[in-house]
Amino acid sequence: MNKLVEHLEEVTVRFAGDSGDGMQLVGTQFSDTSGFAGNEVNTFPDYPSEIRAPEGTLYGVSAFQVHFGSKNIHTTGDFVDVLVAMNAASLKVNIANVREQGIIIVNTEGFDDRSLKLAGYVRNPLTDDSLSKYQIFGIDMSKELKKAFIEVDVPSKLIQRTLNIFALGVTYWLFNRPMEPTVNWINKKFKGKEDVILANVHALQGGWNFAEKNPDFRKQYIIDKSDMLPGKYRSITGNQAVALGLVVAATKAHLPLFLGSYPITPATDILHAISGYKKYGVKHLQAEDEIAGITSAIGAAFGGSLAVTTTSGPGLSLKTEAIGLAIMTELPLIIVDVQRAGPSTGLPTKTEQSDLMQAMYGRHGEAPLPVLAAASSSDCFDMTLEAARIALKYMTPVMLLTDGYIGQASEPWRIPEIDKLPEIAPQFAQDASTFKPYLRNPETLARQWAIPGMQGMEHRIGGLEKEDGSGVVSTDPLNHQKMVELRQKKVDNIANDIPELEVVGELEGDLLLLSWGSTYGAAKIAVEKMQAQGHKISHAHLRYLNPFPKNLGEVLHRFDRIVIPELNLGQLKNLIQAKYLKPVIGIHKVQGKPFKSVELEEKLTVLLSLENLKNWEANKSRQDIPVDL
Amino acid sequence: MKTIIDQIIEKPHTGDIHTTSKDFKPDVDVRWCAGCGAISVLSPAQRLMPELGIPKEKIVFISGIGCSGRFPYYIDTYGFHGIHGRALPIASGLKIARPDLSVWVVTGDGDNMSIGGNHFIHACRRNVDMNVLMFNNEVYSLTKGQYSPTSHRGQITKSSPLGALDDPFNPVALALGASATFVARGHDKDRAQLQQLLLKAHQHKGFSFVEIYTNCRIFNDGAFDLYTNAESREDHTVWLEHEKPLVFGKNKDKGIIMDGFTPRIVDLTDGGHSINDVLIHNEKDSTLAFILANMTYSEILPRPMGILQNLDSRTSYDDRVVEQIQQEVETKGVGNLEQLLLGGSYWEI
Repeated sequence: MNKLVEHLEEVTVRFAGDSGDGMQLVGTQFSDTSGFAGNEVNTFPDYPSEIRAPEGTLYGVSAFQVHFGSKNIHTTGDFVDVLVAMNAASLKVNIANVREQGIIIVNTEGFDDRSLKLAGYVRNPLTDDSLSKYQIFGIDMSKELKKAFIEVDVPSKLIQRTLNIFALGVTYWLFNRPMEPTVNWINKKFKGKEDVILANVHALQGGWNFAEKNPDFRKQYIIDKSDMLPGKYRSITGNQAVALGLVVAATKAHLPLFLGSYPITPATDILHAISGYKKYGVKHLQAEDEIAGITSAIGAAFGGSLAVTTTSGPGLSLKTEAIGLAIMTELPLIIVDVQRAGPSTGLPTKTEQSDLMQAMYGRHGEAPLPVLAAASSSDCFDMTLEAARIALKYMTPVMLLTDGYIGQASEPWRIPEIDKLPEIAPQFAQDASTFKPYLRNPETLARQWAIPGMQGMEHRIGGLEKEDGSGVVSTDPLNHQKMVELRQKKVDNIANDIPELEVVGELEGDLLLLSWGSTYGAAKIAVEKMQAQGHKISHAHLRYLNPFPKNLGEVLHRFDRIVIPELNLGQLKNLIQAKYLKPVIGIHKVQGKPFKSVELEEKLTVLLSLENLKNWEANKSRQDIPVDL
Repeated sequence: MKTIIDQIIEKPHTGDIHTTSKDFKPDVDVRWCAGCGAISVLSPAQRLMPELGIPKEKIVFISGIGCSGRFPYYIDTYGFHGIHGRALPIASGLKIARPDLSVWVVTGDGDNMSIGGNHFIHACRRNVDMNVLMFNNEVYSLTKGQYSPTSHRGQITKSSPLGALDDPFNPVALALGASATFVARGHDKDRAQLQQLLLKAHQHKGFSFVEIYTNCRIFNDGAFDLYTNAESREDHTVWLEHEKPLVFGKNKDKGIIMDGFTPRIVDLTDGGHSINDVLIHNEKDSTLAFILANMTYSEILPRPMGILQNLDSRTSYDDRVVEQIQQEVETKGVGNLEQLLLGGSYWEI
């Protein structure tokens, strides 16, 4: 059978089914295989907070999106090109985001009367013409799977469990993906269970063969390899990258690693990973609560460990008082906040960037600490190393913000050579004869770290204000002012030790899009597309939020208009306006989902429109804060 | 896997480690009120330290908030004055990270039973090797006199002018219920005895809990007089000693016998019972420990003092952490960081 071939630059595939259908698994396999095939990849798991919601329901739909291509893959894909829907509910939930003429592969057995009713369909969408603007491929997957196994001796119960792998095989044919990575994975995962291996491998091949032989599948799509730097790559989520970053940071600092944590979505994966690193000498405590998580880490920091606590919004709220203690005792500590949609329990599995103000100011007293934000899944590794470097060099707790999106989304990561990563030097006290707990390094203002076991340096620290230098408890008014100012100055000084803000595009002009954290990908793509269309627009991205890069003010004032997109109601916007007295136009999204680049393009197009520009020019002298979009 | 910390741990102490109690007195004024029960704990602690044979840089005192929280400032070892209720997790983190240290926690009835209550029960069950001294004065003192979780019902305080409506925790019973392995009770009027209790707590490998009746002269003066004053304590307390009969009274003329599962007082002089009938204490018997602990608020029975339970059957959590790491290294080898970064599958470009 002659099949057509079409080359594409990028594609977004979304696998959707019931929570128990194994969609996260096949999505991960598709993503890893695409990385293996040399594509850039960005993925997004989208699952409900219920573990196994009742079968066939709308709220039980679990999905996994893979965006892959030959270049510039920095988001999880704005629109879905190929939807795999295992039942009626997953079609209903996901159809709105499928591109016109997009491909929908459905498992028709998931469209019986009961499933249609549960999904709220009055008529069967597969037969009522309502899907005419898409390319529909209806497959009775169970039936086809059974056919594929006619000559293979595998228990039927096992066969039925490989439905998702069959569907994966169909998509592998569609994009001419290699089978090898998934076959290897199956062999490793089910080692010793020969019949399970056989069932899965045969189902994968069965899916491929089905599409190959089926005359409805007329065209295969080829996505060329991307032009990536040579090296070893793997697929990595932000949470995995944080866990690896912590182990590497401890190694580079020659310190033991201690994690005190309490399970919380979507940060728990970090705890899972670290708890499996025993052979690397890592210690962890799954504490009785969030407060014990951070305070045990503070205890470990007092004892000389690279100490860490990991959490999400509600947990960060509980850790607040203890963060103040770490600031007061000036101990190194990394606090990782994988932000989720709040307030309160909010949308536990959904992403948001709404903890920025809490990270900056959520403590009583004047309590500054450095705040960093990772830009992408793989950047979580680099920023974790940065957090460790700053914490140990400046003797301070450091807040690292990631979020549910980059925490769980994966992308290819160029694996670094450990030897080539810079060493991290803890600030241990050296001389017992001159030791005082609050003597400071004149350059960094860091106090010395003397840990139990160091003879002649016995001292007491704690939450009470201490006298500068000696560390004796002090209520002296002028000493308190001095110490408050010193702690602030220590954090402010870090601005001299971090990279300056880089502007992509023209260095001055009308419009600067300023992004932070996980909005990086969507912002970058949106700006690049608009630049390619000839628009005058520049982009800068913040990974350091406290202190800001020291050239930030100067950069802001080189542009007429500053636009900040964020997944909150304007938290960075308010910080920037307050500090630099520069009006900012905010783009806000609080839907539990990351920005699509197309959403930003639309807003920027409005801003760049002639009418808007005229309006702006006419009112330029007024000091009004511009209206948000 | 050797770290800088290993070098510090392994570095031998220079000079003589046999120090005197003076070496544990830092150059600061003790700011507790005159006659405060806490002072009566400080001096036995300072006297005990040189006897432990541990260099003082290996000893750490950790506290929370309250009058007891100032303790670390008054003993010249490493010290950490934490936040309210959190001394136990701070100490747990330190001991898990640094099993080489002798870790002591000083806390109070408010700090440990109220705001830190959750940490307390979990610390008990987890059995991290540390010694917890809980100063119980049955009142909040540093906030100037409110009722605490160990105040008795009807107690008049600034926040209960008509009498507290709460019933108190029985700290030793709570500790036993939460699976603490070493549970004891002492008081501030017999420093030698207290020093002995602290030594036993130190010698016990695992979580050691010592409730210490400490008189607050300002807000709850005399709360424990019946059980601590020399004139009355012999008749109102029974000192528990391992494998010794439960005999009490000024003339050692009363004993405790078991009537079914109920302890009862008998007169050893009326010919009805002899010393041979009296209950023998066994600090390894956790069923007995519960029975003894429940004598605490009895209006008839003497209050049990001394070591209620001292079990050595459970390994400490910090040891288990080390063992798990060792086992993993033995079976799988020391972790190869490069391999870890490569993960399950990688590809080359």
